[in-house]
Amino acid sequence: MSRLQAVTASKARSRDWRGLALPAAFVVLWWAAVAWQWVDPRLVPSPAEVARRAWRSVAEPQFGLGVLASLWRHVAGFVLGALAGAALGLLMGLSRWTERLVGPTFHTLKQISLFAWLPLLATWLGSGDPAKMLFIALSAFYPVALCSFEGVRQISPAQFEVARVHGFSRRQRLTLLVLPAAAPQIATGVQLGLVSAWLATIGAEFLLAKQGVGLGDTVIRGRAAFDVPLVIFGMLVIGTLGALMNRLAGLLESRVLRWQGPAR
Amino acid sequence: MPPTSTLAFRERTALALTPHPSIGAALNTAAASAPRRSPARRAAWWQTARGPLQRLVFAWPFPVAVLLLWQFAAAHELIPVQILPPPSTVAATFADLYAQGELQTHLLISLQRVVYGFVAGTGLGLLLGVAMGLSATAKDYLYPTFKLFAQVPSLGWLPLLMLLVGIDEALKIILIGKAAFVPVAMNTYQGIRHVPVQYLEVASVYRFTHPQLVHKVLLPAAFPPIWNGVRYGLTHAWLALVGVELLASSEGLGYLIVYGRQLYQLDVVLAAVVVVGSVGFVLDKLLALVEQRLLRWRPESF
Repeated sequence: MSRLQAVTASKARSRDWRGLALPAAFVVLWWAAVAWQWVDPRLVPSPAEVARRAWRSVAEPQFGLGVLASLWRHVAGFVLGALAGAALGLLMGLSRWTERLVGPTFHTLKQISLFAWLPLLATWLGSGDPAKMLFIALSAFYPVALCSFEGVRQISPAQFEVARVHGFSRRQRLTLLVLPAAAPQIATGVQLGLVSAWLATIGAEFLLAKQGVGLGDTVIRGRAAFDVPLVIFGMLVIGTLGALMNRLAGLLESRVLRWQGPAR
Repeated sequence: MPPTSTLAFRERTALALTPHPSIGAALNTAAASAPRRSPARRAAWWQTARGPLQRLVFAWPFPVAVLLLWQFAAAHELIPVQILPPPSTVAATFADLYAQGELQTHLLISLQRVVYGFVAGTGLGLLLGVAMGLSATAKDYLYPTFKLFAQVPSLGWLPLLMLLVGIDEALKIILIGKAAFVPVAMNTYQGIRHVPVQYLEVASVYRFTHPQLVHKVLLPAAFPPIWNGVRYGLTHAWLALVGVELLASSEGLGYLIVYGRQLYQLDVVLAAVVVVGSVGFVLDKLLALVEQRLLRWRPESF
């Protein structure tokens, strides 16, 4: 076993550079395309120009403030939606009546494409932070609720029997059995919810960008001003932040779920 | 060893892994062998029908109560009608839009976009997923870039694509395709990667050649996760469609929503939202049905 692991690990390390081949080729091609003017330089700026624009953006306080505002919206909306989602998911998983009465409505509403809600929310709450945050919360709500529900459902009846034999109270059953047993699924839901909430944050900022401060606002205004380097840099930041948050959530998950032992 | 037929092989692997035939199947055969209209048959029918029937009955009270409350609130003007038109108005608007054919026109355009984008994205996603799943070399070269590409949410590409390809059909189809591409490629790759080792061992005992292994073991075994990816892909494609139509379009369901909002006609917005939801629902159900049909060979408890 350990020998096998060692072999795969060394193999993985010696292959690391291969993943860089494609991005490197892409950058070279990009650079060449601009250098030899295969493309309109106003439409496709050179990598160096994007780097310069990036440097200038980072120096502006406005850009940093926009990023912070987006992150704040994302996190606040996500926490709100994830808590509500986990609560509903657990309730539907534990109470047969809730599942019967609310479940079908939940599964039907889930089918409404997320962005269809945004104009409605904007009309009801204005295009400021409340509408955006509620929208982000909604985007995180569905995956978390669904995964928590399924997590509770997958607990085997035998475990509930053991809990009964030990005379667990309701509260003990929840904290000592249901939550730990459903934790991996809830964690999956949280990961999905984070991704979905980031998409919602950017989407909401694109759509309601009139006077807001945010990463999405900056990028969409860059498009209106035909500032291609800024748009490219903004996309890179969006991707990097999304990846970082996923990484963070993954680390947190493995730390919280460490008691489960190595990944199954 | 002569090459075994696909079916025989599947049955053998399935049998090895499922000790009990499923209870549902046992019930069905019991019901089928009993004479017509016998109490046993009726009891069996009741057993199978009771769950879905109960589900149907209990599904209604909650949404109906919400609708009634909403109608009541609107009728007594607890909420201004401009902010929340009553369900009856929404229904009337819906019928109106339908009668004028406006709804169908927008729906058709949206569906067309989704189909083009989804087919293109799914096709490419399957290709990439299979390549990465079957070849470690392909995986080493492509996976990191794919991961990077997937990190930017589909709508994040919109501003750049708008600058590069304009705001015509191409933009929508590329974005919808991207939205479908990522989950399909991801699930295909992981589905093939996670085929149980036992299957591969059985295949090696039978001395399957590489094409046989791919065609008779890997692809059938990875089919459920792949199909899951396709379903996710369709959901994402529909999501991206509405997003892109809200931002950059002059027709389609998303445009109808924007248009209604600009004129402060929330009944139009709500009618369009209902259509968006229904289409999403129908599309997902369709794929679920196809899945059931394609997976008939699997015993239920697999």
